[in-house]
Amino acid sequence: MTRTDADLWRELYRRMVRIRTFEDEAGRLASVGEIPGALHTAAGQEGEVVGACMALRRDDYMVGNHRSHGHPIAKGAALRPLMAELFGKRTGVCRGKGGSMHLADFSVGSLGETSIVGSGMPVAVGAALGAKLKGTDRVTLCFFGDGASNEGTFHESLNLAAIWRLPVIFLCENNGYGATTRASTVMAVANVADRAQAYAIPGSIVDGQDVVLVYEEVLAAAERARRGEGPALIEAKTYRYADHAVNLGPGFAIDRGEELARWRQRDPIALFKARMLEAAIAQTEVALIEAQVAAEVADAVEFARSSPFPSFEEAFEDVFVERLPLPESPSGCA
Amino acid sequence: MARKSFLEAIRDAQFEEMKRDPSVFMMGEDLATNLFGTTTGLAEAFGTERVRNTPISEAGFIGAAAGAAMVGMRPIVDVTIASFIYPAMDQLVSIVAKSRYLYGGQARLPLVLRLSLFYGNSTAAQHSDRPYPMLMAVPGLKIIVPSNALEVKGLLKSAVRDDDPVLCFEDAGLWSSRMEIPDEEEVLVPIGKAAVRREGRDVTVVALAASVSESLAAAAELAKEGVSVEVIDPRTLAPLDVETILRSVRKTGRLIAVDPAHRTCSAASEIAATVAERAFGALRAPVLRVTAPDTHVPFSPPLEARLFPNKARILEAVRTVIGFDPAASPRRAGA
Repeated sequence: MTRTDADLWRELYRRMVRIRTFEDEAGRLASVGEIPGALHTAAGQEGEVVGACMALRRDDYMVGNHRSHGHPIAKGAALRPLMAELFGKRTGVCRGKGGSMHLADFSVGSLGETSIVGSGMPVAVGAALGAKLKGTDRVTLCFFGDGASNEGTFHESLNLAAIWRLPVIFLCENNGYGATTRASTVMAVANVADRAQAYAIPGSIVDGQDVVLVYEEVLAAAERARRGEGPALIEAKTYRYADHAVNLGPGFAIDRGEELARWRQRDPIALFKARMLEAAIAQTEVALIEAQVAAEVADAVEFARSSPFPSFEEAFEDVFVERLPLPESPSGCA
Repeated sequence: MARKSFLEAIRDAQFEEMKRDPSVFMMGEDLATNLFGTTTGLAEAFGTERVRNTPISEAGFIGAAAGAAMVGMRPIVDVTIASFIYPAMDQLVSIVAKSRYLYGGQARLPLVLRLSLFYGNSTAAQHSDRPYPMLMAVPGLKIIVPSNALEVKGLLKSAVRDDDPVLCFEDAGLWSSRMEIPDEEEVLVPIGKAAVRREGRDVTVVALAASVSESLAAAAELAKEGVSVEVIDPRTLAPLDVETILRSVRKTGRLIAVDPAHRTCSAASEIAATVAERAFGALRAPVLRVTAPDTHVPFSPPLEARLFPNKARILEAVRTVIGFDPAASPRRAGA
């Protein structure tokens, strides 16, 4: 293993652990009511999230979805503003306007997350179109789930990207379920990647639990896209351990029996940790990364907890570039 | 000066803005074919990368306009007929209108959607909608409703330069109308400012798009009867220039709101409610709305012809409020 590879591997590991720790802590805080609203976690999917984002440059674009805490983290966003956003605080990355399903950190190319399934896909196409029209070689990574692949926007987006040969990588995170519905019961084809041939673009399947395989697959697609060779559809087969969301009530709980236990055997973080140790990265180095991440997340929680809520007037900012006039009493609001 | 049609004015506005700013580009169905005459010579001047034909994929290309705007472009999307926005409603409402807000101001969405109001020409209910009122209820969208060729040129150019999403509703009834437009100086009409089209003392008529010329024709006729009508063209429906309307009603004491949209929750309804809340004390007669009734637009020409505001209906409304006697109203009588 070269030194560059070792640096890359340590960073892949660091970001996966960062996501897992961040989400575990956020889930706990949501279940006790300290974080408001619903929280869609993605434990089990960190391999594909980090592998894909680490294959990009910092100035490349990325679009997420409702299950998307990990995407900006993997793209390099700072944890404090992300955690503060989950708390609805003024110091949040979206100043408390977006919350868990709508994180965005434009400073690292994270162009936002959309909570209507499939709705981010045309946005990703547009970012890629903009990058192309401006003459840059930036690529756009578009995360979406198996569920989104049944939406009309999937078809429209892949077709547009294909006819315009846009530098966009459609990364399907097939975690097996749309909310509580098994993906295989609502698709006639076996794989989302099979749909690529309808748009005459490359379609491939990758083991989403293997962060290195995902990294290599996305890197190759990004290089093709930068050369002007157009989009790709990559389907990462993965799994989420948790039910649809924390705080949405017991209706979303499903019994997945042996299936869950089987997938836990192929946990992307545990698999990669074993591989790092096999590749002679020292146990102490791995432990140091874990300790640093734990401290980072604890710091982010403390930052979020001690931050102020936005002022009421801020509810009227960012509707337009210019702030809206405040409502007139007594007809407006309290 | 040059005499230009409404459609030529749109074409000129787009040409001038694309020439001025390389980040401006156009997308839409059949742009290369120049269906209605708003893209004459644009592909030849700027190339097909910037004057971009799209497939029939409204959700796809309207969402793509949002994405391109977020990374620094200024798209003009020709949606052609306003009803074609419906397949893209999620992109419009969830993405275009809300992205800046949801992301705490990190995103700018300087994009323009052009939508024609294609009513009054026997295209039946699905093609004839005037959907701006439902979109006035969505924060984050600016809405302009130009009433003549000069206005559309000036408003559209301002829309392209605006850093927020702007929807430009173009009344097909105005397409062939012509006006003198200065070509020696730049035409810019500010967004968010109403215009007083005719000054008057007795009645305020607030009218939009093609209803403005109908209202001016009614006002000219009423002047001969000694009734002085003030005609206000809001030009922008969101944000609405409430102060100009209130100032007029405080002077005249009477309001007619004219709007080719369906009556319920029309732009006219919003204007009427605002005046009732904020200028109640100035009113000397009930506020009346002259709108399309709450039925669908029928295909058959004699049926359709009676639905929309015209000079005759505006005359009737003005005469009603002029003849209204507050002392004879039931409320006063019972007091």
